[in-house]
Amino acid sequence: MPGGEAAAGAPLLRMEGVRKAFPGVLAVREAGLEVRAGEVHALVGENGAGKSTLIRIVTGAHQADAGTLELDGVPALFPSPQAAAGAGIAAIYQELDLVGKLSVRANLFLGRESARLGFLAAAEERRLAREALARLGVDLDPGARVDALDVAQQQLVAIARALLADARLLVMDEPTAALASAEVERLFGVIRELRARGIGVVFVSHRLDEVMAIADRVTVMRDGATLGTWPVSELTRERLVERMVGRPLAQEFPKARAAFGPEILAVRDLTGGRVRDASFAVRAGEVLGIAGLVGAGRTDLARLVFGADPLERGEVLLDGRPVSIVSPRDAIRLGICLLTEDRKGQGLVLGLSARDNFALPNLDRWSPFGWIRKGQEQSAFERFVASLRIRLSGPGQPARDLSGGNQQKLLLARWLERDSRVLIFDEPTRGIDVGAKHEIYLLINELAARGKAIVMISSELPEVLGMSDRILVMRRGRVAGEVPEAAAASQELLLRMAVG
Amino acid sequence: MSVAGDRRAPLLSRLLTAYGMLGVLVLLAGFFSVATLQEQQPTGEAAARSLARQLEGRSFAGARVVIVGRGGEEDARFASALAARVRELSGTVMLTVTGDPAEVRAALESLAVRGTPRFVVATTEGAAPIVRSVLQSLPTIGGARVLTPEPYRWPTFLLPENLRNVANQIAVIAILAVGMTMVIVTGGIDLSVGSLIALAAVVTASLIGRMGGEGAGTGAMVASGVATIVLCGAIGAFSGVMITRFAVPPFIATLAVMQVASGLAYIVSEGRPVYQVPQGFVLLGRGADPLLGIPWAVLLMGALYAAAHVVMSRTVLGRYIYAVGGNAEAARLAGVRVAAVLLFVYAACGALAGLGGVVMASQLRSGAPTYGLMYELYVIAAVVVGGTSLSGGEGTIPGTLVGAFIIAVIQNGMNLTHVESYTQKVVLGLVILGAVLLDRLKQRGLRGRGRSRDGGA
Repeated sequence: MPGGEAAAGAPLLRMEGVRKAFPGVLAVREAGLEVRAGEVHALVGENGAGKSTLIRIVTGAHQADAGTLELDGVPALFPSPQAAAGAGIAAIYQELDLVGKLSVRANLFLGRESARLGFLAAAEERRLAREALARLGVDLDPGARVDALDVAQQQLVAIARALLADARLLVMDEPTAALASAEVERLFGVIRELRARGIGVVFVSHRLDEVMAIADRVTVMRDGATLGTWPVSELTRERLVERMVGRPLAQEFPKARAAFGPEILAVRDLTGGRVRDASFAVRAGEVLGIAGLVGAGRTDLARLVFGADPLERGEVLLDGRPVSIVSPRDAIRLGICLLTEDRKGQGLVLGLSARDNFALPNLDRWSPFGWIRKGQEQSAFERFVASLRIRLSGPGQPARDLSGGNQQKLLLARWLERDSRVLIFDEPTRGIDVGAKHEIYLLINELAARGKAIVMISSELPEVLGMSDRILVMRRGRVAGEVPEAAAASQELLLRMAVG
Repeated sequence: MSVAGDRRAPLLSRLLTAYGMLGVLVLLAGFFSVATLQEQQPTGEAAARSLARQLEGRSFAGARVVIVGRGGEEDARFASALAARVRELSGTVMLTVTGDPAEVRAALESLAVRGTPRFVVATTEGAAPIVRSVLQSLPTIGGARVLTPEPYRWPTFLLPENLRNVANQIAVIAILAVGMTMVIVTGGIDLSVGSLIALAAVVTASLIGRMGGEGAGTGAMVASGVATIVLCGAIGAFSGVMITRFAVPPFIATLAVMQVASGLAYIVSEGRPVYQVPQGFVLLGRGADPLLGIPWAVLLMGALYAAAHVVMSRTVLGRYIYAVGGNAEAARLAGVRVAAVLLFVYAACGALAGLGGVVMASQLRSGAPTYGLMYELYVIAAVVVGGTSLSGGEGTIPGTLVGAFIIAVIQNGMNLTHVESYTQKVVLGLVILGAVLLDRLKQRGLRGRGRSRDGGA
């Protein structure tokens, strides 16, 4: 444990010229970050600005391609998360790495058990555990099982574990995303306690109010680069938003407005999972954008409409008539399709060939009595490979081997073959390169022109603004507001509605 | 169209993926062929042909021939075939005798008494010692030449009867492996099939016993077999319901059913083998088709493999089975009724285990609750050796057939080369391990390629 006196001012961590590329994506172009001991340092930026990559470099989960990292003024290199942890850097991600079936105490000492002659020194551990929790002002039974605790309590356990491991720099990624406001207050109390003890805290958050409330300084990232660092006292929320966004929209989004037809899809008071009383409607030819922070319930809403998750209450209307959708199969038969945000986990069967993936929901179209007519299947597939310019080495190539953009086009092709009337796109351009993005935008235009009703969920505000006709903003499971004319709205407006 | 094809898996892993196990089977067959290469004595028609060739070659045309064989069908065929050949060569068959040594002696003595002119004795390798000893004791005809068929070098492993034997022995395991392949392709497992063999054998034998016992007709036997298969299918479907409706892991659900089915087999049979079945019941298990001499059980197995291969590669159901195993959630979101697919594969696996049990009861002409012990493991081994991944989503029906044959060939080959049965277990275990290691190697190759394109923050 470092000295208790808060030595604010001494640079604990300094990074310069950091660069990190993944195949096809330059995630971090040029980033620098300086965190002092006894400081809460916020890192803000839009989704995809490179924040996650940057903090993963700090915690050793990724290795930078270029740039320097100094700890206490000494150059350091973290080839693994273990190495970073050994140097006193701890990370609290949204997905907490706790073992749910073990007790709080067992989790606090996981991997560093105090033992005598191979036997756990239980009494000793219990004492230390109680001390660590008490120091954080947390009242928790060290013997309780972790999966019996709520998310906020689990988070505190993770923080206590970092303290017990003598962490000097604590990196927190969206720690408040899953917390209620009272819990946020308690977390802030703990963070202030850490600051007073001279620990540096990196606080990544979308919630700008919280950033303004807790942080000492803030670093803004945009397009893979850090723009600069400012003391929070010199900033207003508005100026912070300005710095986060500040990008001309230009012709990045080739939006073409289609003629609207009658209302096709309407949902009323949809409730289930995270979603509460959501209502909206989409007309033929219309693109309805849905914006909101990660965890606001956008994906849950899409899954409810599609029948992927059980509905608690509410109804779905198609052409004004209520329809019963209890499974994705029902939705598909009614002409509703969902392009999921998780291509690899929920969209594709990676081991199957590109053609088989394309055919999966469409087999009934060319399989009388369950017998697949391979000739028809092949020609349908080739039609879309050509029209969507899907690049593959052959129809039998496993979906796993396609690039992100081609995978997305493949999934799109399957729903186009189905000629669905309602298309729900969840993060349609996530993780794909600029060229493929543009092609997908043109496709959205074309589908709207053909009278499809389109719902487009996106975390990229410019995309929502640039490609939608109308925008719905979600916040904590509810529809927080609607922007009737997307063209007239600004990112600032959306952010304000999303953050609340 | 290029892009990703450029990045190829290493040569070794590609070869293994495409031809791995078939190559192993061929290598094993080659190895055991060489290891069992030895002098073979022709019998039956082959022996007759060999002797006829000798008679012809030494210009015995017009010679007098005595044909001697031992009792049994094989030697009778030998005698009649040779007699026909001798007459074609315009020789004279003075005497044909097949039977036990006493009959042979009596026949030859009668020749000696009559003071017969010079003749040649054509006999089989089996009967030759008797002939020689009788001739020695009879000075009047002692000078007669004794001809035996020429031995030839041929691997015992490759003798037609041995190959038939291998196929027949593997039939039950191979039939079960069809259903198991489907289950494992969905990412599941079925441990209950061994017990279902016992249950099916006992139930079908008992049903036949109720419907006339040893005097039961064909209709009663067919009805019993079908009822048994339906019952086992229903039990498989029960496992399927536990797995889909109540989310019990397949391992646990089928482990429980394995115990239940085994217990039921003991209850139904009261712990004793059931023998009250007619002789005709063995037709399925031991009989062979009259044309090529292929056992019915093997033909049934072949038909099942052909049907299952078509289902898996050409039908919607097959495509869904692969999709569910590859990514159940993605399949569901594409409109696949995942629960229905799983229910089907477990029901099919159960029904096929029932069929396997009926075949085994027929082979052994009885049903006992001890049948099929550990068979689930042999079946799983056949599937895994055949290249089906235990993590689901990949595997083929022909691959499983190859896997079943690899196991059968190793067992048979080791028997022929007199490897101890304890050692055989060790070898089989290592073979299974080797197959799984190959699978891992393959998986790692795929993951390695996947990772290089992942990236993303």
